[in-house]
Amino acid sequence: MDRIIRVMVAKPGLDSHDRGAKVVARAYRDAGMEVVYTGLHQTSEQIAEAAVQEDVDVLAVSILSGAHSVLLPRIIGSLRERGGGGILVLAGGVIPEADVPALLEAGVARVFGPGSRLDTIVEFTRELAGGRI
Amino acid sequence: MDLVSRLLAGDPAALARAITLVERDRPAPRDLLAAIHPHTGRARVIGVTGPPGVGKSTLVDQLAISFRQPHALVGVLAVDPSSPFTGGAILGDRVRMARSSADPGIFIRSLATRGQLGGLSQATGDAIRLMDASGRSLILVETVGAGQAEVDIMNHAHTVLVVLAPGLGDDVQAIKAGILEIGHVFAVNKADRDGADRTAAELEMMLEMAPDCRAGGWRPPVVRTVARDGRGIPELVRKLDEHWDCRQSELDGWCRRQAAAELSETVEAMAGSRLREWAAKSGMWEEVLDAIVGRRLDPRRGAETLLSHYLDSRPGEDAGSPTGCWTGRRRNT
Amino acid sequence: MVEATGAGERQSAFITVSGRPLEGCYGPAIAREQEYDRELGDPGEYPYTRGIHPTMYRGRLWTMRQFAGFGTAEDSNARYRFLLEQGQTGLSVAFDFPTLLGYDSDHPRSEGEVGRLGVAIDTLADMEVLFEGIPLDRVSTSMTINAPAAILWAMYIAVAEKQGVPRDRITGTIQNDILKEYMAQKTFVFPPRPSLRLVVDTFAFGAEEAPRWNTISISGYHIREAGATAAQELAFTLASGREYVRAGIAAGLDVDEFAPRLSFFFNSHVDFLEEIAKFRAARRIWAREMRERFGAVNPRSWMLRFHTQTAGCSLTAQQPENNIVRTTLQALAAVLGGTQSLHTNSMDEALALPSEDAVRLALRTQQVIALESGVANTADPLGGSYCLETLTRQLEQEARDYFDRIDRLGGVVAAIELGFFQREIADSAYRHQRRVEAGELAVVGVNCHAGGPPPAINLLRVNPGTEKHQVERLQAVRCNRDERAVERALRDVRDAARGSDNLMYPLLEAVRAYATLGEMMGVLREEFGEYREEAIF
Repeated sequence: MDRIIRVMVAKPGLDSHDRGAKVVARAYRDAGMEVVYTGLHQTSEQIAEAAVQEDVDVLAVSILSGAHSVLLPRIIGSLRERGGGGILVLAGGVIPEADVPALLEAGVARVFGPGSRLDTIVEFTRELAGGRI
Repeated sequence: MDLVSRLLAGDPAALARAITLVERDRPAPRDLLAAIHPHTGRARVIGVTGPPGVGKSTLVDQLAISFRQPHALVGVLAVDPSSPFTGGAILGDRVRMARSSADPGIFIRSLATRGQLGGLSQATGDAIRLMDASGRSLILVETVGAGQAEVDIMNHAHTVLVVLAPGLGDDVQAIKAGILEIGHVFAVNKADRDGADRTAAELEMMLEMAPDCRAGGWRPPVVRTVARDGRGIPELVRKLDEHWDCRQSELDGWCRRQAAAELSETVEAMAGSRLREWAAKSGMWEEVLDAIVGRRLDPRRGAETLLSHYLDSRPGEDAGSPTGCWTGRRRNT
Repeated sequence: MVEATGAGERQSAFITVSGRPLEGCYGPAIAREQEYDRELGDPGEYPYTRGIHPTMYRGRLWTMRQFAGFGTAEDSNARYRFLLEQGQTGLSVAFDFPTLLGYDSDHPRSEGEVGRLGVAIDTLADMEVLFEGIPLDRVSTSMTINAPAAILWAMYIAVAEKQGVPRDRITGTIQNDILKEYMAQKTFVFPPRPSLRLVVDTFAFGAEEAPRWNTISISGYHIREAGATAAQELAFTLASGREYVRAGIAAGLDVDEFAPRLSFFFNSHVDFLEEIAKFRAARRIWAREMRERFGAVNPRSWMLRFHTQTAGCSLTAQQPENNIVRTTLQALAAVLGGTQSLHTNSMDEALALPSEDAVRLALRTQQVIALESGVANTADPLGGSYCLETLTRQLEQEARDYFDRIDRLGGVVAAIELGFFQREIADSAYRHQRRVEAGELAVVGVNCHAGGPPPAINLLRVNPGTEKHQVERLQAVRCNRDERAVERALRDVRDAARGSDNLMYPLLEAVRAYATLGEMMGVLREEFGEYREEAIF
C-alpha cells in the first residue's frame, strides 16, 4: 500500500485571501492525502515550527499579498533551523514570472501561478513527496 | 546522534519523525518502540472528547497554556477523521490552537483516524509513549467526538474530559449514556450562550442518576467554561488536578488495567492479521468461505476450523484450545 | 414559456457560472403574471426594481470610482490626482494589509507587507499627505476598511476639518461591513459582538454629525470573490443588511435616521444576464424588507444604493488583454443593472496592482459606455425582458429561501459561528474549480483558445524603499507629538470601549493627538479580544 502523504497548507503574513488555499486543501484530501491547515496570519516561524511538528512531506504556501520574496526565504530558513530542511516547499498565488527564479534559488521546489490546475498541483505534490523517505 | 537518542533528549524534529514512523508502518518500528519503552510511564494523559462544534480545540489550547506553568514540556495530539471514501483528511484543529502553537514548550501533532473507529487512530498509544519518552510530562489527546463510539480514549488517558455545549440541537437527554460513563470531568463550554445553565443542570442530574462505576468513588464535576475568553479554565484545571490526585491513590492498578487493555487489543490485532494472512495464502480462507456460502458450514464452525488448521500448521507450538476467548475491548475505568 | 427543442444545440445544458440553467428561450408568461406596479414599478418608484431614480443616468451618470492605493501616502496621492485628471468622479482608497488589520508599519508582523496591496496609513500625518491638494468638500471618498473603519473615518474627518470642511459637508463611504469579514474577506480583528457595537457607534455618529456620509457599504463583492454563487452573494449580503438594521434598532436608533445612509457593494461577474437580474432583485428585496419588515417610512430608507466592482476573480494571467473585454461586459451589466457607482478592473490585475496605462483604459471603458453606447440615455432599458424578469424573480426566491435557513439557524451571527456561510462558499468555490478544470465552464485563454506568447505587459512594482520611508515617517511622528495627550486620549478610548459611550468621539481626539493606528487598535484588541476562526472547508 502506498504510504499516506502529509501536506501542510500555510497562509503566511497578513494576507487574508484563503479561497485558493482551501480549494487546494480540499483537492489534496480528495486525492487521499492528509492536510494540515495552519489558518490565517501565521508568522514564518509558526509555519516552520508546525511543519516540523507535523513532519509533513510537503509544505504548500499560499501568498496573494505580494510579500512572497520576503516570506518564502524566511520560511525556508526557519525550516532549516528547526531540522525541517527535508520538507519540500511549494508556493502558489499571485507571483509574477520574473520573481520565480529567485524563489527557486532560495529553495522553493515549484511555483504555481494563477490558473494552475488542481490536478497538476496534486500530482506534482505526490511526485515530490514520493521522493522523500 | 541517532533518532532514539535525539528523541530522548527532547528534540522536536526527532519526536515528529518517530511519530510518522509509528503511524506509517504497521506493525510499528519495533526497535524504536522497544528502545523508548523504559522511558515511558511518567506522563500524565488527559483525553478530551465530545461532539463536534463544542469548542474542544479552543479548550485544549487554553488547557495546554495553563499546564505549561507546572509542566515545562506539554504535548497535544489532535485526532480528526479520515474520509472513508478517499482516505484523505483535513486536519484543522491547529487553527484553533493559536496560543499553543506560538509556545515552543508545547508540541502539537495532528493525526487522522485512518479508518480506525473509536475516536482515535491506531498509532495514538504509541504516539503518546513517544511524547512521554521525549519529556512531555503532560499530554492532551483530543479525539474525534461523535458520541458513543469514543471509548478508546479511556484506555489511554488517566482523566477523560467530556466537553459539551448548549444549543447544539441535542438535549442532554439525547446524548448517549456511554459518553456520560466515560467522563471523569465534564465541561459545558460556550457557557455564555443561552441554555448553558439548563445544559449544566441536566448534566448534573444525569450524572447523579448514572451508576457509580468509577473507581475510587469519584463524583464527576461539571464546570462551565467559555474557552474563547479563558473563563472557567482555572476551575477546570483544578478539577482535573483533583481527579489526578484521586488517580494517584490507585495508579498502579490503573496502569496494569491500561496495559492489559492495550496488550489485549494489540495481541488480537496481530493474531487476527497473521491468521488471515496464513488463511489467504494457504487457500483455506476461500475454502471455508465457499462452505459457509454453500450452507455446508456455519460461520462459527468455519472460524474454529480456520483456527485449528492454523495452529496445526505451526509445528512445535502447543495447539492448545482452539476456542480462545477473543472478547471485545476491555474498558479501563 | 417557449420550450427549446434541445436538439441541435451545442451543449446538453447551458448553465451559468452560478449553476443556474438557462432556458432555450423565455416567453411572455412572466409578463402576464407580473403585476407591474407591485413587482416592478417605474424607475424611482417602490419597489425600485427598475432603478431608484426616475431619470437614472439621464439625470446624473454613475460615479466612476476606481479603487486605488499602494506604497506611501505620496505615491497614492499622485495616483488619485492622476485619476481625477483623467475624469474619475470619486475616490476609492485601498489600504495595505497592516493597515487593514490595525498594525503599525514597524510592527514585526508588518514586515514585507507595507504598501504592497494598498496605501500604508499609520497616523493622521499620513492621511494629510494622502489627500493633499484634494478638496474634500467637492470629492467624495470611499474607503475600503473594516475592523479599523471608525479610526480611519476619524482621520478623514480630521483632515477635512484641517482643510476647513466641516464634518456635515463630507461625502463618501466607509466599508465598515464586519459581518462579511467573518464570512469571506477575513480581515476581521475583534469578535462579532464588539465589532457590531463599533458599527452601530458609527451609524449613530453619522446620523448626528455627518449626515451626507454613507456609514457602511454592505458588501457582496468579497463573498462572490471567495467563490459564492450569484444567489449566495445576493442572499448573504442582504442578510447582513437586515442584521445591521436590526442592530441599529436594538441600540435605540430610529430606522429612518440611519437607513438612508446604508449603502451596498456588489460584484459584477461573467454571466451578463444573471448579474443584471441580481441587481434588480436586490433592489426589490431590500425595498420590501425595509418597508414591510422594519417599518421604515422614509422612501430613502427603502432605496438600495450600490457600488459595483467588476469581478477580480474572473481575470486571467494568461492572455491578459482578454480581461479588457471581460471587464467591459461586466461594467455594462452593472450599468444596465442600475449601479450608482462603478469600479472597472484593469487588465493586469491578475498579476499585480494596476499600472497607470491599464487603469486609464479601465476608466475609458466606463466613459465609452457612458458617453457613446447610449445605454445611459434611458432608464432601465431592459425592463420587461422576458428572460430578465424571470431571472430576477428566481434570484429573489432563492435569496428568500436563504433568509429562511439563516433565520432557522438563529440569525446571521449564529450562522457565522456555525460556519454556515463559510461552508456554502467553500462548496461553491470547489465546485467552480472542478467545473473549470473539467472544461464545463469556459475560460477563454485558459481552458480553451489557450496558448500564444507570454504577456508582455509592464507590471506595477511597489517601490522597495516604501517600507523604510514609511517607518521613518512613523518614528518622526512619534517623536514630535505630545505623548501625554496621546496617553490621555488612549485612556479615554479604553474607558469608552469598556462602557457604552460612542467610541467615535474619543477616537477623534486620539487621532488628532497623532496616536498611531496600532496604538488605538491595540487598546481595542485588549478590551474586545481577538477573533480566531474555525477553518471550514
